[in-house]
Amino acid sequence: MGEKIDPNLWSDDPEPHLIGGRLPSGEIVFPMPVGDAAEGVTPYKLKRRGRLWSWTTQGFLPKEPYIGPGAGPGEGPEDFKPFLLGYVELPGEVIVESRLVDCQLADLHLGMELELCIVPFNARYDTFAFRPVSISEAQAA
Amino acid sequence: MSENVYIIGAGIHPFGRTEGRSGREQGVVAVREALKDAGLEWADIECAYGGSAAAGNADIMVNELGLTSLPFTNVANGCATGGSALASAQQAIASGMYDLALAVGFDKHPRGAFNAKPADYGLPDWYGQTGMMLTTQFFALKIQRYMQLHGISRRTLGLVAEKAFRNGSLAPHAWRRSPVDLDTILNAPVINDPLTKYMFCSPSEGAVALILASEKKMRALGADGVKIRAIAVKTRPPHSFEVFQPGVSIEEGGKPTVLASKAAFARAGIGPEDISVAQLQDTESGAEIMHMAENGFCKDGEQEEWLANGWSEIGGRLPINTDGGCLACGEPIGASGLRQVYENVTQLRQRAGARQVPGRDGKGPRFGYSHVYGAPGLSAVAILERA
Repeated sequence: MGEKIDPNLWSDDPEPHLIGGRLPSGEIVFPMPVGDAAEGVTPYKLKRRGRLWSWTTQGFLPKEPYIGPGAGPGEGPEDFKPFLLGYVELPGEVIVESRLVDCQLADLHLGMELELCIVPFNARYDTFAFRPVSISEAQAA
Repeated sequence: MSENVYIIGAGIHPFGRTEGRSGREQGVVAVREALKDAGLEWADIECAYGGSAAAGNADIMVNELGLTSLPFTNVANGCATGGSALASAQQAIASGMYDLALAVGFDKHPRGAFNAKPADYGLPDWYGQTGMMLTTQFFALKIQRYMQLHGISRRTLGLVAEKAFRNGSLAPHAWRRSPVDLDTILNAPVINDPLTKYMFCSPSEGAVALILASEKKMRALGADGVKIRAIAVKTRPPHSFEVFQPGVSIEEGGKPTVLASKAAFARAGIGPEDISVAQLQDTESGAEIMHMAENGFCKDGEQEEWLANGWSEIGGRLPINTDGGCLACGEPIGASGLRQVYENVTQLRQRAGARQVPGRDGKGPRFGYSHVYGAPGLSAVAILERA
């Protein structure tokens, strides 16, 4: 396991949760605000499962401040690994933007069930992602 | 609004890449062209508003244009820079304080997609570091969901781009001036699924200047004026879905474009059915499709039929992006919104040559509509009327 890309982004539970915030109005937001914007906002563990709301591919090396594969020391576009990302609706809470792993573009459809996982990001850091629930359940079986 | 305001001069520096000429210098070229068009000298201009996103302040233009001591306000409003400059110039004249004002926007960006710093948008560093803070992703994510919900096909995305390059080939100020066929567009490398490289506009360079006048000044000059019937600028309402959002509300919120469009139509006292030519923000093909509905020109999903039937072509029921839009002109942020207004001025004055919209009476369009959208969730709409 690498370091968390942000120490406050997900919980240290055996089955981690993304950490959002509950506003005084009751609305759930992601991520947990920082600085003055955090006043009155309570950290809130988000649901681990949700449904796919939209998706796309990232096929080219992003510019700064991206620090993943392709942007490391001595690396270039040939080291970049295209990835999938999307928005995942956590029922009753919030829609979060995330990497999508353990799936192909052709597998993705609106409403498919996804679960949070923590994945290696670069030589130093881990990040969060969502993957199809069918995969998680197959691994558990 | 106490005074009617008219655009009496319009100038443009061609969009694209101009090596050896700074963004601001391109702005100066556009201002001189607008002055010539209006039959004015720089010394006649009483106040000015302008700016860029990446090419410096506008007020330094006085070095080249002349030290006439006019008040020159720099506008730095991201994608709304041009729209905000135009709104400010309009208000300056509508207030009765001035009779002649300049609105100018220019820019010059490096090649490739824009890169944004998370802190500039109040966002955590991890969002940018993990490669999720890209404007192109937002547009792909928004159209992907829209296509699923409203039955828009990839072919329709391609038809929008094909139209853009065809129209751009007829516009002297456009950057991409060669038609590209549908198969090439659809089979090009994917930038962010479902959008291929021909479906995205690129950052570019260019400048636009508009000279605004009060009604009495326009009449005194005998100028060929186009009336500003309404301008509306709106920032995002609660729960909206915008560029650069790690989290989106589960409540379906309003949209800045819908707010700006409704406000502009209400102010103008007309409806979408009265518009004869429209320039809609087309950062990518899907944006034009969604903005057709958000601006009230069709219902969600009807775009499939519109594009298949050519209804948004020059000569169609509502020509959209008659100069090829951002797809053919590129997007110099500070100038892009004013380019749309420039194109409508050109169309309403019937000076658009091969791309001229005939209009319902054959005398050119009466009402022209322009719409710009940008980060962090704002829209500006301008409705012009043939004088």
